Amino acid sequence: MWSVNIFINLKKGVLDAQGAATQNALESLGFGEVKEVRIGKYINIKIEAKTQKIVSQRIEEMCKKLLANSLIEDFSYKIEVL
Amino acid sequence: MKFGVIQFPGSTCDYDCFYALRDVLKVQVDFVWYKETNLESYNGIILPGGFSYGDYLRVGAIARFSPIMKAVKKYSNDGGLVLGICNGFQILLEADLLPGVLIKNNCLHFLCRYLYLKVENNSTPYTHLCEKGQVLKIPIAHGEGNYYVDKNTLRELIKNDQIVLRYCDAKGEITPEANPNGSIYNIAAVCNKGGNVLGMMPHPERCVEDCLGSSDGKYIFNSILDYIKKKLNI
Repeated sequence: MWSVNIFINLKKGVLDAQGAATQNALESLGFGEVKEVRIGKYINIKIEAKTQKIVSQRIEEMCKKLLANSLIEDFSYKIEVL
Repeated sequence: MKFGVIQFPGSTCDYDCFYALRDVLKVQVDFVWYKETNLESYNGIILPGGFSYGDYLRVGAIARFSPIMKAVKKYSNDGGLVLGICNGFQILLEADLLPGVLIKNNCLHFLCRYLYLKVENNSTPYTHLCEKGQVLKIPIAHGEGNYYVDKNTLRELIKNDQIVLRYCDAKGEITPEANPNGSIYNIAAVCNKGGNVLGMMPHPERCVEDCLGSSDGKYIFNSILDYIKKKLNI
């Protein structure tokens, strides 16, 4: 069994309205040194597979087909053995 | 003439569409459950607004894999009329039946109010009873209606005349102030290259009687009915 942490973020250039609002809130709390806030998604998947290579292939497929929208989002992931 | 209104788990504007078609426009209409797989008996299909699958993951992302969506794809590929309103528009984008994506409103608020739309393309089955440049008063109700495409796709949309409605002020001027949600190029509705699939964020089904504040939604529905009548020769 493997545990995969997937991170999905808006691509650079796509307006992140939540990130911008959060940055403003941080600024008003005195964290003026914050230069950018980007808000994304974190998904954890437990998956059965024989090799890490297969896990990687399957996760890529899942991200491309459903978990991320390639028009506006990038994804990355980290695989751990359980 | 018969229409189908698709019901996904979480659709909320299905009854409004049903009411507009049956009670106001006096045409036959059925609800079509999302597990159905055949749409051949219909002259037009509507994907209504709402929060299909709770908007989980991304708006429209999960509804796109419903059994009915295979039938919707086939139906649209065969030239059938498919109108996606609000969440229905979001589903059509995720299903690749229309280009682009809808993201969170740039103001972050859920917006529910009347606004004005300029008819940019009046040669579609959905707008052919409008004048080019006509201003329609139709309400919006959404949190994620900020239409986005990259610059190349925007150029293509303009070149192919796929931009059907744009947010404008009461005089028909396209201004940044008239743009409620940050949509690129003030886009409120786009169609596919064939013109038979239309996605729009505003809700025409919510303004088909004067007592509702406007009956401009009828321009959209009457255009559809007229188009089908001509096609069927009735």
